[in-house]
Amino acid sequence: MSEQDKKATRRDVLKIAGALAAGCAAPWFTASPAAATPAEMQTAVARVIGDARLNVGKVKLDIPPLVENGNTVPCAVTVDSPMTATDHVKAIHVFAEKNPQANVISVQLGPRAGRASIATRIRLRDTQNVLAVAEMSDGSFWSDRVNVLITLGACLEDLI
Amino acid sequence: MARALINAPAKARRGAVIEIKTLLSHVMETGFRFTSTGESVPRDIITAFAATYNGEEIFRAQLFPAVAANPFITFHTVATESGMIELKWTGDNGYSATEQVRITVE
Repeated sequence: MSEQDKKATRRDVLKIAGALAAGCAAPWFTASPAAATPAEMQTAVARVIGDARLNVGKVKLDIPPLVENGNTVPCAVTVDSPMTATDHVKAIHVFAEKNPQANVISVQLGPRAGRASIATRIRLRDTQNVLAVAEMSDGSFWSDRVNVLITLGACLEDLI
Repeated sequence: MARALINAPAKARRGAVIEIKTLLSHVMETGFRFTSTGESVPRDIITAFAATYNGEEIFRAQLFPAVAANPFITFHTVATESGMIELKWTGDNGYSATEQVRITVE
């Protein structure tokens, strides 16, 4: 193979790669909704906690740090609480900072729960921080934050 | 057609904390997707889930589009007395589904 042939091959490969990238990128930009920003998550959190202080601790957000498919991410929240009538978790809220909508799920519990532990499966659009907030019966708020690395985000599947 | 799968113990000791796992068959269309012609796909999600134990509410959840398709929710409750645990999902377009599980407390 001559030097000229080699160059032509490389150029062809680059051309194809460029076309592929453009083809993939175009619908992504047009079809993808605007992502929420961390600021929007702060607004969503503020709607829940109001002026109260958000403490760190007591809450354990169990979510894998590296996820291949953002369409179903196992997510469990456990709060350290005796769950008695006088000291229990009233609510657990989960937020994602770069999803189109920051709220993920909100649950209401009571002393009847016995254990403040929930599990679900969520969608994550991109590599981002996920925040779990627990509201205690004494009015305090506790939280846990986990950074999740997403290889293939939700919202990027084939157009229907 | 079984639209929902419920995993809960049929028998429990009085006062024991039991785990209830629920899985409902539902697309959970986010409303953030578009068709190839650029039209927005309307939102169709489960918005609320509630569990009652002999008529008393023990658990409630608000779901947002970020909950994955076929919503899976696990929660706990204290087995207080024999009876019925009723689970209810409600959603967009008037969607509603109810399932019941019987529990015997010894």
